[in-house]
Amino acid sequence: MPNNSAAGLVFFRAFLAVWLILVAPGSVGIASAENNKAVKLNTTADHSKFKELERFFATGPELTKVCIGCHTEAAGQIHRTKHWKWEFLNPDTNQMLGKKTVVNNFCISIASNQASCTGCHVGYGWKDKQFDFKSEENVDCVVCHDTTGNYKKPAGLAGNVVTKDMEFPPGSGKILKAIDLSKIAQKVGKTSRDTCGGCHFNGGGGDGVKHGDLDSSMAAPDKELDVHMDAAGLDFTCATCHKTSSHDVAGSRYAATAKDNKGAHLRGDPTNGNPATCVSCHGKSPHPENVRLNQHTAKLACQTCHIPAFARGGLPTKMGWDWSAAGKRDAEGKQITLKDAKGHITYESRKGQFTLAENVKPEYAWFNGQVNYTLVSDKVEKSAHPTPINVLGGSPTDGKSMIWPMKVMHSTQPFDPVNKTLITPHTAGNDDTGYWKNLDWDKAIPVGMADAGAPYSGQYDFINTEMSWPITHMVAPKEKALACVECHTSQGRLANLPGIYLPGTHTMKLVDKLGWGLALLTLLGVLGHGAVRVMSHRKA
Amino acid sequence: MTQRVYLFKAFERLWHWSQAALIIFMLLTGFEIHGTYNVFGFEKAVDYHVVAAWTLVGVWVFAIFWHFTTGEWRQYVPTLDKITSIMNFYSSGIFKGAPHPFKPTARQKHNPLQRLTYLAILTLLSPLIWITGWLYLFYADWTQWGLGSLSLEWVAIGHTVGAFLMLAFLISHIYLITTGHKLTSQVKAMITGWEEIE
Repeated sequence: MPNNSAAGLVFFRAFLAVWLILVAPGSVGIASAENNKAVKLNTTADHSKFKELERFFATGPELTKVCIGCHTEAAGQIHRTKHWKWEFLNPDTNQMLGKKTVVNNFCISIASNQASCTGCHVGYGWKDKQFDFKSEENVDCVVCHDTTGNYKKPAGLAGNVVTKDMEFPPGSGKILKAIDLSKIAQKVGKTSRDTCGGCHFNGGGGDGVKHGDLDSSMAAPDKELDVHMDAAGLDFTCATCHKTSSHDVAGSRYAATAKDNKGAHLRGDPTNGNPATCVSCHGKSPHPENVRLNQHTAKLACQTCHIPAFARGGLPTKMGWDWSAAGKRDAEGKQITLKDAKGHITYESRKGQFTLAENVKPEYAWFNGQVNYTLVSDKVEKSAHPTPINVLGGSPTDGKSMIWPMKVMHSTQPFDPVNKTLITPHTAGNDDTGYWKNLDWDKAIPVGMADAGAPYSGQYDFINTEMSWPITHMVAPKEKALACVECHTSQGRLANLPGIYLPGTHTMKLVDKLGWGLALLTLLGVLGHGAVRVMSHRKA
Repeated sequence: MTQRVYLFKAFERLWHWSQAALIIFMLLTGFEIHGTYNVFGFEKAVDYHVVAAWTLVGVWVFAIFWHFTTGEWRQYVPTLDKITSIMNFYSSGIFKGAPHPFKPTARQKHNPLQRLTYLAILTLLSPLIWITGWLYLFYADWTQWGLGSLSLEWVAIGHTVGAFLMLAFLISHIYLITTGHKLTSQVKAMITGWEEIE
């Protein structure tokens, strides 16, 4: 009687389960006492057991000295990275890039604004051009390795931390609370979505501002928002894909891997490509049961179908920023801040007018991974079309390009109409020339341009710019990937992309006219012939 | 005096009707893929179109085998014999109740005009549709096949031109089968195999 015994087994298991639940509260205490561990078991060092960390640290560098006492090579490794240097020599274009040099169409540039921007530098004390990039103790280990969530690097302190309550800016009445470096250091661990996100979610000066596919909703996303990072599922951290070697984090927007020809990684294979691409895990034929979808991978980046929209986590991203609208004051001469119905800032006197959007359909572009930046040393011309801050390489015919989703940021920003260059204004800073404080371009621009080492004519105007950001995060579950008809329809998503023929979108109008004409003439011909037959038959 | 002649064998009829159904269905789904209207939805239309295409490939494999083993391929050998009188029949005789100048037999079931038309379909239209259709199906492999310089647009246009020609054929074909001894003689012949002729 197999059925009866199976039913009996099920009943027994159910009984056992209920019994365990009833007695469990008593047994938990015993079990947890035996297995009591202060830290996750995925590390071999419990930093709370290190006597060196049981003391007061007045500054970040004091702590780093202790870290590198054991981790002797760590600081040197950091010194070689973009995270430290904010410099990147593009091997394809020979352009010197990196945050130190580039101009964007958000907060524009770090020139003369270092003390504010370097709150997101993996170092301590980069307040101006004199910063010592050779100093090991200036490396900030904890900003990436904090697990407590208590570590803070306030803007304006050049990446330094506050270990004693202080008023900042001086005279403002605002108190920055101290953090306990000792406690934080005793709980260091692997990087997390929170530590990476501390800066990368807040690029452009606030949550979700810059990227569109990175904001604080990605700290603990659900499956709908990101199928890999799904906190209740696969729970990837950033480093799961951005596989880091010797502190050098894989993946780059300066020299992107637009088309990964190398395929899924084989452990140890020296020909392995960029580990942060989709292909590096999923391979080049990622749809096992659908040949047609695999065919699409010849021209479409995975992201194009699998990220149907960005800014999907309930937070808006900035799509437009009009610096020319900045500078307004209220009746009392104070700076103004306006917010939308959801409480997101749409206007600030010190920054200008913002256009915000959620659930944004990307624009699409051919992209071969090469990006040319418009630097402050480049000539720009005001024209009807927005001036590109970055120009994506790529074409339908170069064999290296794929169709990629993009966030395209549209801004209006200061430029020098005489020298025909972009302008890097001095914005942040509690000083007389900082635009955010005094709203005076004539004071702010010369300081910023001097720091960038760029000539300034003394005249400023505003220029429309656009900047493309490849979208690669917020990967939706496959059920939510783009349906065919999102593109294969007359006004589909790729209708305006050059160099492609999409069934359902594109037709050759002449062929259609001739074809339907032929069908119609044939029909008229046979109807006419038939009519004559009928009439002559009746006569007869 | 009405005679009955056995023209179409069982396989031939099965071949004809399955092919007819598949071609009509592929015209329907094909023009949806082309963006002309929305019936099944793009994704389903593509799936159905491809399944129908492979089914038709299967039907053709049998048909080609059948034509060669039975020698029926000779039915499509072109001839201009009596072509003028047949053209005259369709352009004037038919209106006066004149008899059809061609009498089909089992050995010559198609009149010369039909022979020419079907031969053109077999040698010109079908290859156009098949070749462009296959290329369409294996679009991602072109580079591998050394066809990287081929343009999908031209392949698609070729396929569309083929579809329009097939549509025009279908319209005239449906009309012309009413021109037998009686309106329904020819369609009955393709159903039962037996055609009534004068």
